[in-house]
Amino acid sequence: MTEVLRLEGVIKEFGDEVVTRVLHGVDMSVHAGEFAALVGPSGSGKSTLLNILGLLDRPTAGSVQVAGKESTELDEDARTALRGEALGFVFQFHHLISALTAAQNVMLPLGINAGRMRPEQRAQAIEALAEVGLGDRGDDLITKLSGGQQQRVAIARALIKRPPLLLADEPTGNLDTETADDVFRLMRAKSRESGIACLFVTHDPALAERCDRIFKLVDGRIVDVRPGANAGS
Amino acid sequence: MPTTLFLALSFIREGRAQSMLISAAVGVGVAVIVFLSALIGGLQQDLIAKTLGSQAHIALSRPEEEARPLFASRTADSIVLTNVERAAQRQRGISGWTRALDDVEQAAGVEACSPIVSGPGFAVRGTVSKSISLIGIDPARYDRVIDVQSRITAGRMVRGGAEAAIGVELAESLGLDVGSKLRVQTAGGRTELFSVVGLFDLGNRDVNERWVLTPMRAGQTLLDQVGAVTRLEVRLPDPFEANDVAAALAARTGLEAESWMQTNAQLLAALRSQSSSSTMIQVFVVLSVTIGIASVLVVSVVQKRRQIGILRAMGSSRGDIARIFLIQGGLLGVLGSLFGVALGAGVATLFQAMAVDDLGKPLFPIVLEARLMLTAALVAITTGLIAAALPALRAAKLDPADAIRHD
Repeated sequence: MTEVLRLEGVIKEFGDEVVTRVLHGVDMSVHAGEFAALVGPSGSGKSTLLNILGLLDRPTAGSVQVAGKESTELDEDARTALRGEALGFVFQFHHLISALTAAQNVMLPLGINAGRMRPEQRAQAIEALAEVGLGDRGDDLITKLSGGQQQRVAIARALIKRPPLLLADEPTGNLDTETADDVFRLMRAKSRESGIACLFVTHDPALAERCDRIFKLVDGRIVDVRPGANAGS
Repeated sequence: MPTTLFLALSFIREGRAQSMLISAAVGVGVAVIVFLSALIGGLQQDLIAKTLGSQAHIALSRPEEEARPLFASRTADSIVLTNVERAAQRQRGISGWTRALDDVEQAAGVEACSPIVSGPGFAVRGTVSKSISLIGIDPARYDRVIDVQSRITAGRMVRGGAEAAIGVELAESLGLDVGSKLRVQTAGGRTELFSVVGLFDLGNRDVNERWVLTPMRAGQTLLDQVGAVTRLEVRLPDPFEANDVAAALAARTGLEAESWMQTNAQLLAALRSQSSSSTMIQVFVVLSVTIGIASVLVVSVVQKRRQIGILRAMGSSRGDIARIFLIQGGLLGVLGSLFGVALGAGVATLFQAMAVDDLGKPLFPIVLEARLMLTAALVAITTGLIAAALPALRAAKLDPADAIRHD
């Protein structure tokens, strides 16, 4: 199977005079279509690792390959371009642009990629919204949608370009159990349908067990990698 | 539509109240610039037009006579004490004036040149006499230097023979009208009876009281300058080039050249001071507008930190982020300048309509030129862009990971 993400010996240190090592040589890989969970206690380095995977930060040492490209050798512009092409993001807080409607938010990654907002992108956005059950809410401002609906819009936005890898940072952390289950199912289904790999960061052990594989991060080290007990459910 | 422009417009629309307020502030600044420039420009143009209404841009005359001491040098065994008295200046004609006239007309930066003969005299009617300035002119040439023709209030301009055109104040004080006879007497004892063919109003009381225009030949005869002229008067396309052109003409002809800028040095100094104070006011207005736009955008960058982070995560470059804020600054400038130009022009027009004299003539002539409004608008837009530069740079430098985490 094609690897869409591969990390080898990733180290991350902060500070100049007093150096704090947050990641101690992380190795991991995620394959196309795989739905993987990243779990770990607070302070284990999950956010730092996710920033490095998302090309929002650079490792101090080690290799980070995204969609077959070695990102550590790329300059800022090339990393930005790779981020735009190969990655989709869903965060705990939806991080949608409050000035825009649901459809405008969803079409934004296409607009950023093309440099222009075009009418045909709106048609794609409405289609993507329909796939997450919000086909009729395209013209609504984000502020008019519920938390669950906002997260669905964020998922539609992350998937509209069909990126090889979706990074989800506790996307259900701010939702009630029922809505969280809905959002999880939706992401799982989209990943399967489109062959998009997903790395799902969560604190919820039950959700993690429903993933294909679980990476456990403790004190900046991957201490356990195993299949989810209820994978596919 | 470019994505950066789309986002900039969306951000402006989202902060509608804030955008309207800052645009209004920019607009008021632009209105101040437009109004002040229109008012001061109008006043200055009016003053200069009035000054130049009866004055040539450059007057060329024969150099003054200088008295020289007979024994100016010191010898080996004596010291010569001299006391040189300044000679009284005679009215002297320009020798070879026709060649000088050709020279002046061919010189660069000259629009027209007119020879005149002038000197003092008395206008006599019955037992009343008034001191006058007698000016013999070639009417066609003279009109190209000093526009008398359009300011004839009664009758017509002189053409030839014993005709005279006089100022309205002189006509009133001597009880003259078109068709009246006027006797002119000069210091040399010569007299001539003229027929008044026209009255003029050159907008200057002193000129209207003293000027008597006659055909060249009559003037030359009366002033004992047969065949000669005493001055060459010059008009330029740009009156503010007068000092430079005067220096060039003096060197070319060997005559003494005096520009209107030299004779009105005090007026020009006052106009310059007025322009400087106006510029200072405008600089402070632009400065406050800049600070206003910058502060709104700085707050906007702080408020939109997370959204900037997510845009970067989705593939927006630092340049894209900077452009979003620069465009916002420019758009606020455009909105403000549209509002400001309309407000400034409206206030200026209203002011002109309201501040009038008893005859309904505006007290403050206002000059509203398209160039002024375009300049004010460009200043506002440039100000908006400059004001947005700092916030744009701040936004572009935001670390996306930090920005997304930001609470």
